Amino acid sequence: MPKSKSAYSIPTKKQKSDTYIFVVWVDNEAGVLARVVGLFSGRGYNIESLAVAEVDAVKNISRITIVTTGTPQVIDQIRLQLTKLVPVHKVAEFKREDKDVIFKEMALFKVVGKRNKIEKCLNACKKFNPVILDETKSSAVIQITALRREIDVMNKKLKPLGLISTSRTGAVAMTRGAKIFN
Amino acid sequence: MPKLLTGAEIVFKCLEDQKVEHIFGYPGGAVLPIYDELKNHPSIKHILVRHEQGAGHAAEGYARSSGKPGVVLVTSGPGATNVVTALTDAYMDSVPLVCISGQVPTHLIGTDAFQECDTTGITRPCTKHNWLVKDINDLSKVIHEAFRVATTGRPGPVLIDIPKDIQFAKTKYKKPNKEKNLNGKSHNKFSQDQIDELVKLLSKAKKPIIYSGGGVINSGPKASQALREFVELTGFPITSTLQGLGAYPGDDNQFLGMLGMHGTYEANNAMHDCDLLINIGARFDDRITGKIDEFSPNSKKVHIDIDPSSINKIIKVDLAIVGDVTSVISKINKTIAKRKNGHSKSNKSNIAKWWEQIEKWREKDSLNFVNSDESIKPQHAVQRLYELTKNKDTYVTTEVGQHQMWAAQHYKFNKPNRWMTSGGLGTMGYGLPAAVGVQIAHPEKLVIDIAGEASVLMTMQEMSTAVQYNLPIKIFILNNQYMGMVRQWQELLHEKNYSESYSEALPDFMKMAEAYGCKGIKAESPADLDDKIQEMIDYDGPVIFDCHVDPNENCFPMIPSGKPHNQMILGPKDQEENKIKGKGKALV
Repeated sequence: MPKSKSAYSIPTKKQKSDTYIFVVWVDNEAGVLARVVGLFSGRGYNIESLAVAEVDAVKNISRITIVTTGTPQVIDQIRLQLTKLVPVHKVAEFKREDKDVIFKEMALFKVVGKRNKIEKCLNACKKFNPVILDETKSSAVIQITALRREIDVMNKKLKPLGLISTSRTGAVAMTRGAKIFN
Repeated sequence: MPKLLTGAEIVFKCLEDQKVEHIFGYPGGAVLPIYDELKNHPSIKHILVRHEQGAGHAAEGYARSSGKPGVVLVTSGPGATNVVTALTDAYMDSVPLVCISGQVPTHLIGTDAFQECDTTGITRPCTKHNWLVKDINDLSKVIHEAFRVATTGRPGPVLIDIPKDIQFAKTKYKKPNKEKNLNGKSHNKFSQDQIDELVKLLSKAKKPIIYSGGGVINSGPKASQALREFVELTGFPITSTLQGLGAYPGDDNQFLGMLGMHGTYEANNAMHDCDLLINIGARFDDRITGKIDEFSPNSKKVHIDIDPSSINKIIKVDLAIVGDVTSVISKINKTIAKRKNGHSKSNKSNIAKWWEQIEKWREKDSLNFVNSDESIKPQHAVQRLYELTKNKDTYVTTEVGQHQMWAAQHYKFNKPNRWMTSGGLGTMGYGLPAAVGVQIAHPEKLVIDIAGEASVLMTMQEMSTAVQYNLPIKIFILNNQYMGMVRQWQELLHEKNYSESYSEALPDFMKMAEAYGCKGIKAESPADLDDKIQEMIDYDGPVIFDCHVDPNENCFPMIPSGKPHNQMILGPKDQEENKIKGKGKALV
């Protein structure tokens, strides 16, 4: 290893990183997404996926869902730094493995090929509530909702069956039961 | 029908309602309507700088020395980009600034118009918050909100970008709202239970140390008062970060001096060996902690800070108290006083041994240096400056580098808000414009910028500002012809390869002073140093003091080399035995 001559310390032992989902309620105003995303890039945090849309038109609130990875210390920092942003109202975070939380992504697959291939595709997607959004003699657009890794698998599986284009969202999340995020 | 005001009038209405007396700025196309309005507001004085970075640093000096937010007014494009360094500096050191920038008219935004830049985009990572005002009806609300954001919680800079058409547009003025929407961001979140827990830790501690920082200064003069009472009540030793100097008297026996990379031997060893560490308003900066793994390994750690995100960011602590330093320390003092009622048992006897140990460390006299009759040693120059100005309630600013560390080590501050230095960002060129701002806030006080010749050249143009407003600032340049701190690192870590750290050509500072219309004084020998310093102090007007010092002097003590606090390099004597090697180089 080359000797470091920087003015700073060398990184010490690394802790284990886990995947977390952050849900952030923000004022729906110009630049708010840039503030949130800029915080992540500026401080070197990771974004695996991002979903954002207005959820309350009267109060003008948007809900941002971010999937990220980090050590417990980094995850703590992300929460605290997000909370400091002026347009941020509330921040919730949970581990991907959390049983009390549902999280879903949606994907659109465009398949081009003969009818039997498209049927095969639909069949393969059966577990993930496939909906046909558009259909021609030689093509179909199939919508599925599933977990990230399930969509990853399907994406691979459908390739030989004529999948030519995939479009997918970031994850969105919701608690199970009557509880809400606090 | 209520009177309609233009955007420019509203800007000044807001500034008046926020009790602003001074703004630092530089005019330009996109702020001309605001400058046009200036003449109608005699209670607000505008200070014309020579470069927008100077406006920012001057406002920082003003804010730090007065406790009030500094206000900056700049034009669009280059005006805004020039102030970015100062905003970042203020962000790192938690200085409240409100920067108002002009912007091209709203219909031209995004068209690459003349002097257009994405000001809110550029300043987003270096402000607490910023606003682009696209609707005149939002303007007064935004400006008042800006002052609130800048001054509450952990203070910091904010920016308001106002397009030129908004400055002309008219609307009703809205007074600041008393009801504050904190958006869930309240600051005093501590409970009596936490205070009780801390007091329990205090009473058990055998080797305690208090480590205070800039948060004490930011919390106001009452915080320093409370801190002094706390230190007296407990009898604990106290050390301070660079930014915290002055919160506790520098010449008091319980004060161990500054800690960290160039801190004293006793402060750093006490940090390393303590069993209770109480961080009050500091943030475990990397210049303080040294090697994280071996930072104060055997202590219980308490962190008092107004910013929740400072807690556990770098060092895991055992007890975190989120709140304003004044309220927290006052509460602690009250709780201690209550406990002592009845049985006056204090734990001062518990820590007697600890003090004995500290006195042993003190005997090393780690700030010592070998003085000379032939050349002026920079440490000696700072010491003489201190001795000759200590009875004058002096305000000191600095640039960045060796001179800054020598000033921190050898100039003793007894009051808060007397010491203005760029710590977090380390901005060379900070001190001269900051001195301008300090002098504006304190016209009758002695204001000295302890400078290096390389740093001061970065913002030298602000001498012209000082002369224009007859600000008697003293620029005390420790001139060693090197970027001294760079040279020191190159000597210690890069085999004396002094790559580009020597200034082959320097201006004649005497002639420069003459050219600016101020006084120049040069000192070259230790024998006439005192007289020359006295001459500088006695002169009623700005002075550039060119103090030629030994160019080869290094700043010690120093934590080198990936080492923990208890393995410092001391002065020249100690150095031979303690060569910096291998991977240790990374930490300097």
